Amino acid sequence: MSDPLFEFLCRMGDNTLVLGHRVSEWCGVAPVLEEDIALANTALDLIGQTTLWLNLAGEVEGKGRNADALAFRRDIWDFRNVLLVEQPNGDFGQTMMRQFLFDAWHKAYLTALQSSSNAQIAAIAEKSLKEVTYHLERTTDTVIGLGDGTDESHDRMQNALDRLYPYVGEMFTSDTVDAALSAEGIAPDPASLRPQYDTLLRDVFSQATLTIPASDFAHKGGKSGQRHSEHLGHMLAQMQWLQRAYPDAIW
Amino acid sequence: MSSPESGSYDATEAAPHGKPRAIEWPLWEVFIRGQHGLSHRHVGSLHAADAQSAIKNARDVYTRRNEGVSIWVVEASAIAASRPEEKGPLYDPSNDKVYRHPTFFDIPDDVGAM
Repeated sequence: MSDPLFEFLCRMGDNTLVLGHRVSEWCGVAPVLEEDIALANTALDLIGQTTLWLNLAGEVEGKGRNADALAFRRDIWDFRNVLLVEQPNGDFGQTMMRQFLFDAWHKAYLTALQSSSNAQIAAIAEKSLKEVTYHLERTTDTVIGLGDGTDESHDRMQNALDRLYPYVGEMFTSDTVDAALSAEGIAPDPASLRPQYDTLLRDVFSQATLTIPASDFAHKGGKSGQRHSEHLGHMLAQMQWLQRAYPDAIW
Repeated sequence: MSSPESGSYDATEAAPHGKPRAIEWPLWEVFIRGQHGLSHRHVGSLHAADAQSAIKNARDVYTRRNEGVSIWVVEASAIAASRPEEKGPLYDPSNDKVYRHPTFFDIPDDVGAM
């Protein structure tokens, strides 16, 4: 396995890269103009964070790769994002549910990362946290509004939760990379953040009149890179084709 | 932001408006105080389900380029406006009363912005 620090930085950067690209797919086709712009803002925030994480990853790796090289010249098996963020947008409710489930983890994780023993990581976390705090505020309101809305919006949100909840567990799995980093005080043990996440989910979903699925089955394989879902390849094909067809193209 | 179809300015504009569609969110007018501004300025309008989401939408639509430090929103239907056809009686009488402008005084520097 490669350097745990490099792995960790790729996980952070790939989460925001893949989710940022997914969210950007709404640009121009969101249900209302206000949501369209809000989603574009979120996507841009996430891509901005990606630049910081992956540039640092490239620096740590020391092979001359920058954020662009890592984003556009790696194939599926080198991506380290959790499976949740590569899931397709579905309807607007499903996109919002995916975003909420991720934002809630993201905020808790970045909050802990602010006290990382690595100053660069702490600085990126601090900058990102301001953006993510707003993301979570917005998706919390939307999940509650749609969950506790009309019969149709409620059903769509419950379907989204049922579909996406099995992807929550992976964000809190701890493996050897996590163990190595938490031993050095660089990053928290993800499992330690689960109780506060569950508390938030229970609170929000009870306001949203949604039922959290009973099964704690969790799809895994994204953050370890062992087995991504089939959706990631399609997304990368679209995201990377230009750099692959015209290497080093700029404008 | 605002299409005539969904506007709720029935009482104040000359142009006829249809009833807002049932699924349409209400229209909100947005006021933003800029980095160096002393007062909130009207910047435009948007649709939102309630006041809190109107503020969030305003943040996303109107402060993307670091414009603001404070946001006010008010539901458009709550604004009472003067009618264009009353322009004459309302504004013309002040045209020839130049002495109402405080241009005949020297303002001390200490006063600052007025």
